[in-house]
Amino acid sequence: MSNPIIIEDIRPLIALIAPWFGLIGIMMAGEKRANLRELITFSAASVQVAVVLSMLPLVLGGSIIEFHIWQIFSYVPMLLRVDGPGLLFALVASILWIATTLYSIGYMRGLHEHAQTRFYSFFALSLSATMGVAFSANLLTIYFFYEMLSVSTFPLVTHMQDKEARTGGRTYLGYLLFTSLCLLLPALSWCYIWLDGGHMTMDFLADTGKIGHFSETTQIVLLFLFTYGFAKAGLMPFHSWLPGAMVAPTPVSALLHAVAVVKVGVFCVYRVYADIYGTEVLSKISGEEWAMILASATILISSLIALSQDNLKRRLAFSTIGQLGYIILGAAIATDRGQGGAVLHIAMHACGKITLFFCAGAIFVATGKKYVSQLRGLGRRMPITMGAFMIGSLSVIGLPPLGGFISKWYLALGALDREAMWVVAVLLISSLLNVFYLLPVAVTAFFRSEDSEEGEEPIKEAPWPCVVPLAFTALGCFVLFFWSDALLKLAGVTP
Amino acid sequence: MENAIAWIFIFPLFGSVFVALSRYVNIKLAYPISVLSMAGALWAGVETLQQAMASPNHEISYLLGGWTLDLYPRGVGIEFRADLLASMIALIVLGVGLLVTVYSKIHVEKETPNKEAIYYSLMLLQITGLAGICLTGDAFNLYVLIEVAALTGYGLIAMGSNRAAAATYNYLILGTIGASLYLLGVGYLYIKTGTLNMVGIREVIEANGLADSATMQVAFVLIGVGILIKMAFFPFHAWLPNAYCNAPTTTSCLLAPLVTKVMIYVMIRMVLSVFGVEFSFESTIWVSCMPWLVVIAIVCAAFLALSQREIKRMLAYLIVAEVGYMVGGVWIYNYYGLIGSIFHIISDACMTLCLFLGAGIILHKCKTTHFDGLRGLFSRMPLTMIGFFIGGFSIIGLPPTCGFFSKWYLITGGMVSGRWEYMVVLMFSTMVMVVLFFRLIERIHLAVDESGKDLGKGHGDLGLTKEQTRFDEAPLVMLVPLLVSAATVLIIGVYNQDVVNQIETFLQAYDLPKGVEYK
Repeated sequence: MSNPIIIEDIRPLIALIAPWFGLIGIMMAGEKRANLRELITFSAASVQVAVVLSMLPLVLGGSIIEFHIWQIFSYVPMLLRVDGPGLLFALVASILWIATTLYSIGYMRGLHEHAQTRFYSFFALSLSATMGVAFSANLLTIYFFYEMLSVSTFPLVTHMQDKEARTGGRTYLGYLLFTSLCLLLPALSWCYIWLDGGHMTMDFLADTGKIGHFSETTQIVLLFLFTYGFAKAGLMPFHSWLPGAMVAPTPVSALLHAVAVVKVGVFCVYRVYADIYGTEVLSKISGEEWAMILASATILISSLIALSQDNLKRRLAFSTIGQLGYIILGAAIATDRGQGGAVLHIAMHACGKITLFFCAGAIFVATGKKYVSQLRGLGRRMPITMGAFMIGSLSVIGLPPLGGFISKWYLALGALDREAMWVVAVLLISSLLNVFYLLPVAVTAFFRSEDSEEGEEPIKEAPWPCVVPLAFTALGCFVLFFWSDALLKLAGVTP
Repeated sequence: MENAIAWIFIFPLFGSVFVALSRYVNIKLAYPISVLSMAGALWAGVETLQQAMASPNHEISYLLGGWTLDLYPRGVGIEFRADLLASMIALIVLGVGLLVTVYSKIHVEKETPNKEAIYYSLMLLQITGLAGICLTGDAFNLYVLIEVAALTGYGLIAMGSNRAAAATYNYLILGTIGASLYLLGVGYLYIKTGTLNMVGIREVIEANGLADSATMQVAFVLIGVGILIKMAFFPFHAWLPNAYCNAPTTTSCLLAPLVTKVMIYVMIRMVLSVFGVEFSFESTIWVSCMPWLVVIAIVCAAFLALSQREIKRMLAYLIVAEVGYMVGGVWIYNYYGLIGSIFHIISDACMTLCLFLGAGIILHKCKTTHFDGLRGLFSRMPLTMIGFFIGGFSIIGLPPTCGFFSKWYLITGGMVSGRWEYMVVLMFSTMVMVVLFFRLIERIHLAVDESGKDLGKGHGDLGLTKEQTRFDEAPLVMLVPLLVSAATVLIIGVYNQDVVNQIETFLQAYDLPKGVEYK
């Protein structure tokens, strides 16, 4: 895509605003007309998916869609731009929003949760912010939507409104706002004041590599500020908010903390590495090596921590931290295939991990069990759920014919391109660790008999709105493997 | 309207007379007359700003009563000068004034029964004084208007609770000290320059090279310290929290957003227009020491705010911290810092108004503003809470509220001039604000008491009766001003460039460092 055709179109804005209309409808419908409320969420999500899908042919055809919303500063517009990686991310997030909505109906009603209207409202808001991040065309725009996401997910994280929720919410906001206001904001103003004589746009397309005008030290300091400033990416040591946020209801953990929020973090980091620094500048300051080391450390340490977690959701949370590390690693590898692999991993991991979270929630709804050690023999009682869990695990581990394989493949290829053998080693070791902490869950469920005295219990799955989405996303893991051409093209890698 | 600038004063001044007289006719007239005169004044304020923007040198001079300025240098006279800065701040004063006047109906009837006429009369005089401070072009008239604002302020505060009298006395003593120091400084200026006109003073300083004169240095310190006391800069803040917390609700709503901000305007006016950039920044040591004092001020005020358990008190200390922001923005001696400082005057007035109006509504509905009484307020008053938290988010500095943009310029200023201590303290206080406001959100939202004990029966049960969580929104006269001020916070944020452009036009006349190319 050397000279993309730029099309002015309002569609990115519609994808952004659809959840807002959903929000108004959800609030008007309220707790008393629950079915109407869920229907509105569905329609908003469907509109969003339809709009995002309608942009797919254009972007695949090599065009770029832009929409100018507002002039933030006289020299920085709030500009939406749909390019390959952005569209890929938006597509994943919006399709999984539909799945999650169906799932939430089963989960929230199954558990007779309170304040469902609030739950669906803020869910819609978060999705709007996610679309904003996916479609942002410059650093300040992305920052605006990033902050919007932090605030709009707070009521979701503290949904239970109890002591645990308070602790989780405090950790969540404390980490996210501290990093974004104290690390990111200075870095942003630094760039905006001093680059281009104070008239910098920090555009992802036009200004790639301009950060190279700074001295090397400055570039490295800024790189760290950006990497840690987007703490939603969960890079250690700013990762603790993610396990803390697991107090939220499972649909929130599923969509926000396996797909939207954390992926927003890594997507921002990806934008910084790939579109602000650019491959050349990044390798000149050898900042990418630092980032690769940090990401690898995160991958390995979090995988080791995950091994020791008995709470299923916490185990998945640490697994997520590790998988986010892959994406940062890929972005930092600074080769085309590596960065493409990073973008692909956003989609692949999202599909796999959301399946796992859905399963964890379905188990909780059906049996009230939260711990891995309690899952003995569950495979016979909940075959679909545990089957999906198996598929999700295998995809996250990265085995063919599942989506997770493709992204790991390209990450490895990217690492080979720059002859960083140790990265390949990290990938292999961590895949092995993935096997150790994910497979035992499914294995315990299928191959260990239940130790209850009543003998075999009959098949008792969670309510169907819970089961359908998790089967859907499990199938998605296959689909992503067999129909990955479009995704590869969006991610900008040539097979 | 050629005389728009005069109408700014005529409306509230004569309004206050009519309001005072209305008690002999029908006391119910007091409220509508006040609202109408404020609306008129606001219209005149808009007109003045437009005239200032349209005029070729971006300022209009109005000689009240036709006193001429023929005498060298600029003689003695009552000149009102509305440049872009002055007319913008005046507009904010009038806008806040109108909103608070509309808002005050129920509070005033309840808190000061049978004194409505006097109350509204004082309120209008207060606004006259504050708008006058912004628009006057004469250093001595400025003193008079400061006293007008202060004396009416004492009256307005003293009408509050039983403890208000003591708080007022405290304020009176400190306020008088501040004003006297200022007057003394003006005396020195007059001795040395022979004029009281602001532009005149600067012309003489520049023409006669008075920058090195010890008299001028003394005058500068006297005026500076006087203003710092009046604006409640830490450690001169002692009068502020008690005065604002014990005052009637509407008084705190009116004084909190305006008094401190207008005094910062005075400081900027003195520094830029009276003493001149060169004298203030180059010939004094204030540039080197003030940012450090600001750091101390912000840190202390932030800790004091953290230790409060009552919304109004917390907000009062927040104001002290915000004063630190703006003073710092001036004394980091930088173009961007000054933009930030001026922008922050405007945005802080809006967001403080928002917060105080919200706190007033909470007080009206819950009879308390203590943190413990907040549980479940969201389901009771969703709109009020949304308005209140837009103000809170603006104080934190989350985009796209106006607080973000002022903070952006202040941080930029700190970076460009290399005052890292100032930048770091901004970050620090931002985090404190995050704690302050999300703690409030927690108190409202969660079913947990402070010690961490779960209340209610789980599942979002707040442990309240049905009555306590039923939808029970504030009356419209209170709700509408709150929502208007919240909308203003957002609108100023969205149209920040239009405001910043005016500030930049104003600052072009002054030779401020813009920073260097940084590698």
